[in-house]
Amino acid sequence: MAGNAKQLKGNTRWALGLNATLVYVFFYAPIALLILFSFSDDPLVGRWGGFTLDWYRAFGENEEVQSALGVSIRVAIMSTVVSVVLGTMAALALERYRFRGNKFFDALLYLPVIIPDVTMAVMMLLFFTIARNAASTIFGVDVSKGVWSVTVSHIAFSISFVSIVVRARIAGMSEKLEEAAQDLYASRWQAFRYVTLPLILPGIIGGGLLALTLSLDDVVITQFVAGPGSTTLPVYVFGLIRRGVSPLINAVSVVMLAASVLLVLLSLVAQRARGGDVT
Amino acid sequence: MTAVATPKFEAANERKKSRRGFLLALPAYVYLSLFFALPLLSVVVYSFAKRTSTGGVALEDWNIDSYTKLGEPIVRDILLRSFTLAIITTVICLVLAYPFSYFLATRKASTRNIMLVFVMIPFWSNFLVRNYAWRVLLGNDGPVSRVTEGVGLGETTILFTPTAIVLGLVYGFLPFMILPLYAAVERMDWSLIEASRDLGATGMQTFRKVTFPLSLPGVIAGSILVFIPSLGAYVTPQILGGGKKTMLGSYIVTQFLTARNWPVGAAVSTVLMVVMLGATMLYFRKGGRTL
Repeated sequence: MAGNAKQLKGNTRWALGLNATLVYVFFYAPIALLILFSFSDDPLVGRWGGFTLDWYRAFGENEEVQSALGVSIRVAIMSTVVSVVLGTMAALALERYRFRGNKFFDALLYLPVIIPDVTMAVMMLLFFTIARNAASTIFGVDVSKGVWSVTVSHIAFSISFVSIVVRARIAGMSEKLEEAAQDLYASRWQAFRYVTLPLILPGIIGGGLLALTLSLDDVVITQFVAGPGSTTLPVYVFGLIRRGVSPLINAVSVVMLAASVLLVLLSLVAQRARGGDVT
Repeated sequence: MTAVATPKFEAANERKKSRRGFLLALPAYVYLSLFFALPLLSVVVYSFAKRTSTGGVALEDWNIDSYTKLGEPIVRDILLRSFTLAIITTVICLVLAYPFSYFLATRKASTRNIMLVFVMIPFWSNFLVRNYAWRVLLGNDGPVSRVTEGVGLGETTILFTPTAIVLGLVYGFLPFMILPLYAAVERMDWSLIEASRDLGATGMQTFRKVTFPLSLPGVIAGSILVFIPSLGAYVTPQILGGGKKTMLGSYIVTQFLTARNWPVGAAVSTVLMVVMLGATMLYFRKGGRTL
């Protein structure tokens, strides 16, 4: 439409192009080097000593790493399933209906997205401690932190992200199709099942993959609410890093990066199905 | 076709719709009230509690001691350092991201989509791992040091300094600045920029009077998304700052896990939340719609 203004000229074009190139180099050079060093046969990280797969073998054989990975995957799947259901329902409610308290609910739904990790972490720690004390004085049962408290916390921040992604999808969609289905004597459930759901599915998948990624990546909140035996992979790795760098961490890091990249690509594919926008 | 849209019928219909919406929202509503709002409230409540001599918390004795403690030199230094580093990080991100987003918005659709994907990848990648990468790069024996030694600048010693923290924060949060900025610049009415040029404004004038004000919602959204997590950063100062020069995030963690002074930790967390809410409200008042 506005072809002229979007046409950059001479120096501006070069300067902006150079800046963009530098930004990409900044983004990817550290990652590329980390991948390179994870294959380096030198116990000192950050040095090239010939090609080896030893560190990946160590990753596969290290029992602590494997059990942490198992916890991560279990928590991620459980929290994703719950947050996708609750987040999608919330998104439909806010985009399609006006109900009492919807403004407040909208605000409540935004908070977990913008609250700093550390704040949310201490909130959850405090909450689980209070809950544990209350449970032991009132019911005489001991509910110590574990996989369940990690999952509960992950759901608490994932619902919001899922609902934002799904809402973006619903917002760009006309209500007419559902109305048409109902005019043609589809029940409300049928209209949802055969019209609405297929249309918002890319959003739901995108939101679900985002929830999965957030759960797999979280370290600060998890560290606060994990009990013995519920250490996730990022929390374990964070503990290792604080003791120093090692080639094993390089290998674990690359595996975690690869998982993230795979999830992004999947979500982009999901969102572009039916011509959605990349963002 | 018998139902006539009488006002009464419509009102009943509205009520039914409203109830249906409420029921749909209910599960998430209950969940977030119980596992988010309640924990949030308990932090605020605890910030006014008293720390007992055994490290426990006494709720009966309301006081604002924890807040007055924020004025003590040690805590004040930490607050000051955190705010300074967060502002520096935000400014650097803005300076890098603005021209980047502008360039991105002026590309043709196909190029733009590919370029965006390569911004999305770091956006989604594990934050811990991406900070760790810099720890490897900046280490004594790391590649950065060898390059600087090679060109005669000597060993790089920025690891475990505030510079390294800012570097890690910029690296971690730059995509948070780029994405909303790009969305704002792309959405802009470009014919206004043409009009400004046609009316004889210079490039600089056009930028100051037209482009920048139009992209302001994106600038504010991006700045909030970078500033807030930078202010509460915990992972980056631990990995790249060596945990030596404490920042707000680390201070809160210490109060909760090591010093066992929960009221003070809760007070600092509350301050952080108030800053966050203030920034967000400013954004929505300035005409922003979604973050």
